[in-house]
Amino acid sequence: MESPAEIIQHSGGVIGVSWLMIALPLLGAAILLLGGRRTDRWGHRLAIGMSVTAFLIAVISFFELLGLPEDERRRAIALYRFIPGMADMGVLIDPLSISFALLITGVGSLIHIYSIGYMAHDPDRRRFFSYLNLFVAAMLLLVLADNYVGLFIGWEGVGLASYLLIGFWQFKPSAATAAKKAFIVNRVGDFGLLIAIFTVWTGFGSVAFDKLSGTAVGEALKTGQVSQGSLTAIGLLLLLGACGKSAQLPLQSWLLDAMEGPTPVSALIHAATMVTAGVYLVVRSGGFFEAAPTAQLVVTIVGVVTLLAGAIIGCAKDDIKKGLAGSTMSQIGYMMLAAGLGPVGYAFAIAHLITHGFFKANMFLGAGSVMHAMNDEVDMRRYGGLYPVMKVTAITFIIGYLAIIGFPLLSGYFTKDGIIEAAMEHSSVLGWLAVLGAGITGFYMSRMIFMTFFGGRRWADDAHPHESPSVMTVPLIVLSVGSVFLGAFLILGNRLMLFLAPAVGRPEELPAFHAFSGPGLATLVLVAAGAAFAWVRYGAAEVPLVAPRGSFLTAFARRDLYGDALNEALFMRPGQWLTRIAVFFDNRGIDGLVNGLAAAIGGTSGRLRRVQTGYVRSYALSILFGAAVVVGALLYVGNM
Amino acid sequence: MPWLSTLMAVPVLGAVGVSLVKSDRLAKQVALAVSLAVLALTLLMTLQFDPSLGASKETRFQFAEVYEWIPRFGVHYGVGVDGIALVLIALSAVLVPIVILASWHDADGSGAEAPPKRSVKTYFALLLVLEAMMIGVFAATDVFLFYVFFEAMLIPMYFMIGSYGGVQRSYAAVKFLLYSLFGGLLMLVAVIALYVIGDKGTFMFPELVGVIQDPTTQKWLFLGFFIAFAVKAPLWPFHTWLPDAAAQAPAGAAVLLVGVLDKVGTYGMLRFCLELFPEASKFFTPLVIVLAVVGIVYGAIVAIGQTDMKRLIAYTSISHFGFIALGVFAMTTDAGAGATLYMVNHGFSTGALFLIAGFLIYRRGSGRIADYGGVQKVAPLMAGTFLIAGLSGLSLPGLSSFVSEFMVLIGTYERHPVPAIIATSGVVLAAVYILWMYQRTMTGPTAESVKALPDLNLREKWVVGPLVAAIIALGFFPSPALDVINPAVDHALSNVHINPPAVAEKKGAGQ
Repeated sequence: MESPAEIIQHSGGVIGVSWLMIALPLLGAAILLLGGRRTDRWGHRLAIGMSVTAFLIAVISFFELLGLPEDERRRAIALYRFIPGMADMGVLIDPLSISFALLITGVGSLIHIYSIGYMAHDPDRRRFFSYLNLFVAAMLLLVLADNYVGLFIGWEGVGLASYLLIGFWQFKPSAATAAKKAFIVNRVGDFGLLIAIFTVWTGFGSVAFDKLSGTAVGEALKTGQVSQGSLTAIGLLLLLGACGKSAQLPLQSWLLDAMEGPTPVSALIHAATMVTAGVYLVVRSGGFFEAAPTAQLVVTIVGVVTLLAGAIIGCAKDDIKKGLAGSTMSQIGYMMLAAGLGPVGYAFAIAHLITHGFFKANMFLGAGSVMHAMNDEVDMRRYGGLYPVMKVTAITFIIGYLAIIGFPLLSGYFTKDGIIEAAMEHSSVLGWLAVLGAGITGFYMSRMIFMTFFGGRRWADDAHPHESPSVMTVPLIVLSVGSVFLGAFLILGNRLMLFLAPAVGRPEELPAFHAFSGPGLATLVLVAAGAAFAWVRYGAAEVPLVAPRGSFLTAFARRDLYGDALNEALFMRPGQWLTRIAVFFDNRGIDGLVNGLAAAIGGTSGRLRRVQTGYVRSYALSILFGAAVVVGALLYVGNM
Repeated sequence: MPWLSTLMAVPVLGAVGVSLVKSDRLAKQVALAVSLAVLALTLLMTLQFDPSLGASKETRFQFAEVYEWIPRFGVHYGVGVDGIALVLIALSAVLVPIVILASWHDADGSGAEAPPKRSVKTYFALLLVLEAMMIGVFAATDVFLFYVFFEAMLIPMYFMIGSYGGVQRSYAAVKFLLYSLFGGLLMLVAVIALYVIGDKGTFMFPELVGVIQDPTTQKWLFLGFFIAFAVKAPLWPFHTWLPDAAAQAPAGAAVLLVGVLDKVGTYGMLRFCLELFPEASKFFTPLVIVLAVVGIVYGAIVAIGQTDMKRLIAYTSISHFGFIALGVFAMTTDAGAGATLYMVNHGFSTGALFLIAGFLIYRRGSGRIADYGGVQKVAPLMAGTFLIAGLSGLSLPGLSSFVSEFMVLIGTYERHPVPAIIATSGVVLAAVYILWMYQRTMTGPTAESVKALPDLNLREKWVVGPLVAAIIALGFFPSPALDVINPAVDHALSNVHINPPAVAEKKGAGQ
């Protein structure tokens, strides 16, 4: 295995000012929020300008990085002192962070542009764009920070942006509730991440990535500076943080509710970028995970369980956005699985993350385009036969669909297959479960396509669907092009693996791409079977307007595998009782005791009440009396 | 120049001026001008403060003035500041003009739920007197002088609650006074005992450091000081006076009560308990940590269950005081500096929460959360700033409280991992109480009763603006404040003679 390169301090060129990627969108957000209504007219253009400029900086930095020798491709730029002696603000430009920066600013800019059209009629469009800019800034801080404290600031910053955007239509109680839920569930994950940071700091005396490389961790373990137990704890706690942000079991429940947010938000934050931050965290913390095999094992298990759970949920949803959300959970499960495999899997995890960013954003924006056409209807049972009326949306959506199910030669085919093969090599159980997940993906995604674009028109009476304006369709086309070609580009010749190697290391032996390996063929057969089954159920047969009751399995999936019911029974209800008891105890217990004591001393409670009802002066007198006691005591002591 | 005496004299003279002028309007203007002058002087003084002098015993307290007051008992008028006292004085000097501006109509009976008109001049004179005492209590380097300020501060606050507060103001004011007097009496006994047993013939704090050697004596005297401070701060289970006092006090007074006065308790623990009674402090550390951690979780849980905005904010403060006490008694530089910074940050964020809640109550005439809903739609600025203050309260990174809470927790974890982990659960509970309050008051369909609620006016923008600016500035750039605080905390901890935890040694290699 080859380990990552050293981090070099300071860099000139555009990399030297790459912090502007964070600062500019942040400035944009501040101007739009402080400027108020005055900026309504041009606010969205400013926001897009900031996002596109950040993208350009990312592109130039990327090429500057490529121009450097491989072992010098990790550049840290110190910015300013933050917590003296503990953590300073600084950015780290390396192959891993720049890959994310390109994805965030690239897809982010497209979604900014799309939102001009999507939010055109919203009176609060400016506020929407300011939150989008805030999100981009925070997400970039998350991936560019050169230490865990900076990462954590970005981490909670994207949580804030997510909260604000899920609750963007906060006059709807459901949106406000979903926003709060997302924040609180994420805070449970952040609790883990915080304690992981504390443990890292106590064990290593630093939170900076350059002091926490795999080599440093191995050294510390050898000298007994840290124990194997604390490394495993660090790994598991980081994983808890990752589970919150990336909606992995057991912290998955917020993502489906998060679909209350406007659709561009679902595409950008809850599909393409923020929810993949957990994968970034695991890969970035590779030094710890590689030294803690138990933690790695748990990462792969969480990944596999979630990839199946998300897929099963996806099968039962009639709400197009929730179906996509289940699918997002599932696909991030694949990434998590790969990330848990160590250096063999990192490149596949990131490759799938990038291609998923494209095809899932593509489909979410496509869903938004459909909703835009159908008066914000999200129920696929009220869709059907939309292909002829909105061809651009339909074709780009179908490209995204083919990419996600792993249709040969499209993006998902390369990246998902890479994960399945790597998993298979690690453990055949993991591998076959991942294959099974792919089969289920074939079913639920085909179901979505048939229910939406084909079959009979089950539209509401007032629906007059039409194609969306070009400001919305052009981003769709760009994203679908990425959905077609990116996978081959990243995987063939191990291009991404070699590029990422200086940041995350790489296996000694580079994996070879087999066009039709055993697991690959099995995957294709299962996906085809899933698609065929979906065609029988939803393509060939009439889709009823009201969902049939279905088997207990369907009910199980519809209710998100009882995730919410479980949370309610385990946490919410006991929590409510605890709160009630605590409030009661506080009012009657402690306070009652003190008041009772005072009454007992005063003789009767009546006297206490008289004491309480006024005579302000008497209390001032009592203080004076106290002061007199002081002086008297002093005189006495002084005379001794 | 006698900076500190000037800082106290200006507001006292201002108070006299305020009570002499003819019109209420002029009284307010004079009060505001005086408080701004104090702020300007404080800033000038801060510029001349040299943090690097904090390491040496002789130069530890800067701008020192010592005059004999009662020579017979060695009582001095002794003032001076180190980094810890300086930031707390600066906090007071910033908050007072903001509170004056926020309280513009609190005494004239014009609010929807206000008590009948009271003397406006007295209210603003009391505010200025209180400011002088707040500066005095942090600046005092004579233990007896500290005690005098500690008790005297009660008087203006008592009147502000008892005469200008809400419906149950008398009950709340008396409860506040009785609790405080009880704690104060215990401290008085301990102060006198310290003088007698210390046998130095002086009350000057620097002279008294290290004079009590006997462990048993230390323990008793520690308790005398500690209980007074635990009531003041307040720590669980001495806290029940605070929700009543804070909910009944006018919003401005509540800000000074929770934002500054209560900090005297945690400041006292750091300054007096730790340094005067180091062995006893170590002995009682497990107990204090348990109280602090219980307070963090308990305050948060009870806050979740509150139905009144001001009471809710008061309970969140009980949780936050738990964090501060935890940081003080963790006895690491990170935690101690974090706790000190927390005292400042908490003043800003809780101050903003109380004041904006006060603006809402002034308009709507009710503090009940259920009486609101959907305010964001009609008053977006009020909702937005309320959210920022709340997010700082739940320690969102990028806002000021995060830095201090993070430092307290990480510094505590260095020495006491288990309490630190339990305390960290407070971050989840904080998200629940803040966001749920925000959801119930600001989101959803706009309630009928708030349909006509006006947004922040210009005066109120000037109240909220500086607070939000401070919250964000200290959130991103805490190092100027920490550079002032760190040497002072180091010095204080060096008097406790405690070995730094293992991490501190590695820090050198890690940087």
